[in-house]
Amino acid sequence: MSHPPFHNAAQAIPLDARARFLRRLAVETLEGGGRGHIGSTLSLMEILRVLYDDVMRFRPEEPAWPDRDRFILSKGHGCIAQYVLLADKGFIPRAALRDFCRQHAILGGHPDANKIPGVEASTGALGHGLPIGVGMALAARLRGQAQRVFVVMGDGETNEGSVWEAAMAAGKHRLSNLVALVDYNKLQSYGPTAEVQDMEPFADKWRAFNFAVAEVNGHDVAALRALLTALPLAEGRPTAVICHTIKGKGLPFAEGRADWHHKSKLSAAEIEAMYDALGGRDHA
Amino acid sequence: MPWEAATMRKAALEMIETLARRDPRVVFLGSDLGAGTLDGLRRDRPDRFFMEGINEANFIGMAAGLAMEGFIPYLNTIAPFFTRRALEQIAVDLCLHNLPVRLIASGGGVVYAPLGATHLAIEDLAVMRALPNMTVVAVSDAAEMRRLMAESLDWPGPLYIRLAKGGDKEVSDAARGFAIGKAIPVRPPAAVQMITTGVMLAQALEAADLLAAQGVACGILHAHTVKPLDEAMVRAAAAPARLVVTLEEHLRNGGLGSAVLECLADDPTRPIPPLLRLGLPDAFPKEYGSQDSMFQTFGLKAAQIAERVRATLPGLP
Repeated sequence: MSHPPFHNAAQAIPLDARARFLRRLAVETLEGGGRGHIGSTLSLMEILRVLYDDVMRFRPEEPAWPDRDRFILSKGHGCIAQYVLLADKGFIPRAALRDFCRQHAILGGHPDANKIPGVEASTGALGHGLPIGVGMALAARLRGQAQRVFVVMGDGETNEGSVWEAAMAAGKHRLSNLVALVDYNKLQSYGPTAEVQDMEPFADKWRAFNFAVAEVNGHDVAALRALLTALPLAEGRPTAVICHTIKGKGLPFAEGRADWHHKSKLSAAEIEAMYDALGGRDHA
Repeated sequence: MPWEAATMRKAALEMIETLARRDPRVVFLGSDLGAGTLDGLRRDRPDRFFMEGINEANFIGMAAGLAMEGFIPYLNTIAPFFTRRALEQIAVDLCLHNLPVRLIASGGGVVYAPLGATHLAIEDLAVMRALPNMTVVAVSDAAEMRRLMAESLDWPGPLYIRLAKGGDKEVSDAARGFAIGKAIPVRPPAAVQMITTGVMLAQALEAADLLAAQGVACGILHAHTVKPLDEAMVRAAAAPARLVVTLEEHLRNGGLGSAVLECLADDPTRPIPPLLRLGLPDAFPKEYGSQDSMFQTFGLKAAQIAERVRATLPGLP
């Protein structure tokens, strides 16, 4: 395993009450749909929480507010984490979570910008978010607007060549208003990234593409907050933040296990086990 | 006028410059195009001129991001580098979001015959036509390109614009007007009804003259917009015909001929008339040469078209 100090810290850090509450909302979503990408939802949670709680400017009552920061979840399969934050912030009603993947739901297995307030781009096919983010960052510059563009990718997603095409363009255009975050949970669908397609030396790759790079424990809320409220890392360069995370973080039986990447059928017992691990059902 | 003798690509690029000067939403993106491309725009509006590297997946995503923010991106590269290389980006980034991005595809059809199969765009109409929200246009000459480009600015969704070789014979007529999605009746409906797209209009006109000299009257409908096909016009043109002939610089499967067949088949009130679909066979061409020599190989020259029609007529009911 690469980066043992970061990885071990991500493994060790305990979840606070809000982290467990957001995860219970995720389980509510999984329960409603009876399915979902579990591992990524949980590895992403603190990254999205800090972006929505402390970093990004937005207006839930006015999702198209022109001065909002733009957010693209390029690893669209991690959408439950975003749905949870959108419900928590009031973009969508909490009740919508329970309709996940149902026939006429607004929330499907990948986020749909045509349906969901607060979703900028429909993603799911990997490697699309960063190119779109480059275009949005250029648009902000063309208009002289101050908004920033945040693109969250998966580690496996960065196997896609289009990610690196976009990274070249972001470096060329010196897009300091663009922030690429990678959920580096070190597991892709088949198995460890180190075996399926090792991306190391990962930080060096981003540096070589003219990004300013930081690495962080992706479950350490204070560390994420400190880092993401002090962007860009360097003037005249796009930022890459490699977030070391644990796939399935918060569910001891799912952590670091490839077979919890996606479940197309979740049993009642599995749902209860998830609630139990996170402090029990909410009675609201 | 000088531009009318110029190439379709030049007409398209000049129009981008004109549109960009008129409308601040217009931006141009190229992927490592020829030196000097749109230098005027680059000089006068450098912030809206992007010459990107050889990375089509990225530049389509970039265009999507710009369009989501209210810009109207015009892109230019060689046709297959859009339609083959970056199909998923076109489908997801542009079509799924229904964004006003214009893909100006150089070397439509067999223009790049001397460069070989990697550079041919012989299935582009089929592939683009299959995508929801995509509009697919192949005009007949540089003058018509200007009319299309003027219309393109406010077209609501993504637009695939197929360019021809350049120096194409001028056969369009401003008096007949131009609207995206509206086929142009070039000659009135007759016993033989030709339906063309792109530069095949020139071959159709010549073939019709050859047939007329032998007493066979031909109607010609110029379906510059392959999608959405002008179904009412196609059905009206086909109704009185003994034989419908579709002409395209494209594989016979999936392009204009298929679109016309689908349109006629979808009208349950009338039988489908006898129909000759002329185009390229389902194969990668094995030869180089020129656009003209490939037309010859695949029977798309006017005299060959006229001969096919003459040979077909006696067997008709």
